[in-house]
Amino acid sequence: MSSKPATAGFSARRLSALVRKESLQVVRDPSAMLIAFALPVLLLFLFAYAVSLDVKGVRLGVVLESDTAAAQSLAAAFAATRYFEILPARDRREVAPRLVASEIRGFVVIPQDFERRLRSRTEPLIQVVTDGSQPNTANFVAGYAEGVVSSWLVARGGARNAGVMPLRIEPRFWFNPEIETRRFLIPGAIAIVMTMIGTMLTALVVAREWERGTMEAVMSTPAGIVEILAGKLAPYFGLGIVATLGCALISILLFDVPLRGSWAALLLLSCSFLVPALGQGLLISTLARNQFVAAQIALLSGFLPALLLSGFIFEIDSMPAIIRVVTYIIPARHFVSSLQTVFLAGNVWSVFLPSILAMLAIGSVFLGITARKSRKSLDT
Amino acid sequence: MITRLSAQIVKELLSYLRDPRSRLTLVAPPLVQLLVFSFAATLEVENVELAVLDQDNGYWSHEMIQQLEAASFVSGIRFVQSPDQLTALIDRRDVLAALRFPQDFSRDVARGRPAAAQAVIDGRRAYAGQVTLAYLNQVAANVGAGIHAGTTVPPAAVRHWFNPNLVYQWFIVPSLSGLLAMLIALIVTGLSIARERELGTFDQLLVSPARPIEIIIGKTVPALIIGTLLASVMISAGIFLFRIPFTGSIFWLLAAVMLFILSMVGIGLVISSICQTQQQAILGVFSIAVPVVLLSGFVTPVENMSEFLQLVARVNPLTYYLEIVRGSFLKSLPPSEVLENAWPMALIALVTLSSAIVIVKRKLQ
Repeated sequence: MSSKPATAGFSARRLSALVRKESLQVVRDPSAMLIAFALPVLLLFLFAYAVSLDVKGVRLGVVLESDTAAAQSLAAAFAATRYFEILPARDRREVAPRLVASEIRGFVVIPQDFERRLRSRTEPLIQVVTDGSQPNTANFVAGYAEGVVSSWLVARGGARNAGVMPLRIEPRFWFNPEIETRRFLIPGAIAIVMTMIGTMLTALVVAREWERGTMEAVMSTPAGIVEILAGKLAPYFGLGIVATLGCALISILLFDVPLRGSWAALLLLSCSFLVPALGQGLLISTLARNQFVAAQIALLSGFLPALLLSGFIFEIDSMPAIIRVVTYIIPARHFVSSLQTVFLAGNVWSVFLPSILAMLAIGSVFLGITARKSRKSLDT
Repeated sequence: MITRLSAQIVKELLSYLRDPRSRLTLVAPPLVQLLVFSFAATLEVENVELAVLDQDNGYWSHEMIQQLEAASFVSGIRFVQSPDQLTALIDRRDVLAALRFPQDFSRDVARGRPAAAQAVIDGRRAYAGQVTLAYLNQVAANVGAGIHAGTTVPPAAVRHWFNPNLVYQWFIVPSLSGLLAMLIALIVTGLSIARERELGTFDQLLVSPARPIEIIIGKTVPALIIGTLLASVMISAGIFLFRIPFTGSIFWLLAAVMLFILSMVGIGLVISSICQTQQQAILGVFSIAVPVVLLSGFVTPVENMSEFLQLVARVNPLTYYLEIVRGSFLKSLPPSEVLENAWPMALIALVTLSSAIVIVKRKLQ
């Protein structure tokens, strides 16, 4: 009776009974409800406020070696921008140790012969030193410091000397004209949050059942493996959808992210994403069969790749070719680009369809392996 | 007491290393991840796909396109014939940015009027878009310099200390050593007491002569050994595999690694001693690990955050460790600076470990 009925076909009644049983189990488990509802909100707020690519208030040392009016006025120009917080100094030896201690991210030196350099314009006017140990901030400091000097030159009426650019680029940022990084980070953050819920939650809950032996108990019933897995996934699928829609509502209402596509498309994308996310969790729990190992693998194969390889923060196009290929098997990668599109751009089906297909394909692979592994274990 | 303690430490260590599956998950994934992520986690912008709509077809637009084709940040240029095609390429995310040269672009240049090319940039990738725009401006300036040959002295001479070519890996690999070792230490300890409680072996521990402080030490030492070993392996990989210059003191760095792991172990044990089940413990570990990672300056700099979150970042051990490890690699961080960043970690370790002892003691009674 134990192994034969695994192939005994599909029964809708049995399935609905299983779904009911599993759903009750989930709803009665306070920690599952906590993971599904409290954690997403907490995480979304964290991602919204803690992850910011908008640089502002960078601490910068300004070493004034010259006392002329022009030098003073350039130093004032540095103090006036909102991008920098200025630490004035007289000697570069005062600021260099602070750069080592990360108290400042860079310093500019307005040299003694500033007046002469300003007249001749054959040498750079000032020196900019940045903290290269933080490459991104270093680039920013260099770029904006140059910008401050250029616009100071223009404002001084030395426009001809500064050289008006004969060729200009007129930029227009589509979908996000204010260039708010939060607008594109938040849709990505929803994908990270859902990865954690889908993968973590299923991995843990099912691993616990293996650990306690209740999984074997369910398997010894006439229910087939497909029915058991479907029954296990259904409630988490429901939780996942509710959590996604909750996250979307928070993004729109609290974080001012527009939803330019339709809710239907958002729902379809979320459903497609939950298949590989839940599948991955189920696969992890089936392979690990122990909560400790399952948590470990879920964190390392679910959360970190979703954070680093999904294009959420780090641009996939900039990665080496091999890693760009690896990103295609990360479900979150497909979800992130679709979410950014559905929120900011609208219903672009030429983006959605390949993503949906990819997510479903990854999901079927995970579920297929899970089904095989589970069946084997019954025979032994 | 010493023999009892060492027996306990050996037992705990064995419980992690005996099972081949958990042995493998302790060691293999962090190392694989170090390799993958160190190449992936870059905020540099490269391999940009551009679209060009050239309605000018003149000398200056061709000059710009040639420079773009040669530029290192561009991987390919797609030429389109109509604004609709341009829109479609942006919509589908096929290109990050599109340049449109208007009809009288070259004529304007020839007449000495400022000429403008329009750049349409995908705001869904606003960050990469901004960096690309800066590159495009640079190309425009270079081409423009050819028009007015002569005075194009840059306004400032820029030097990047510690990392002259701004290699992003020099930043990310040292940071990853802390992040990955921390996650392992946190999970190992976060689940330890909770698992014993769930399996019922914690009660056995309670009736044994071991005192709470011994139980905590017995759980701390193995996690400390595993975490420190892992961090050391990754730091060595940074030095020998990635050839990142190491300018500081390895002795002080190792001391900092141990303090850092100790503080994370303390946090893990507090979580574990509060929780009744492993699932609660994992939830706890997670609710701690994610903020610790996000608020450390690993992903984006701490100074970009709101003032309140900057305060939170100051009680985050990872913030201090990142400062020490980056400084030890690139900035030849003096011992005084190491100490400056080490004492907050020591304080966190002290507070969390003693709280764990108190909580276990309370459960004992």
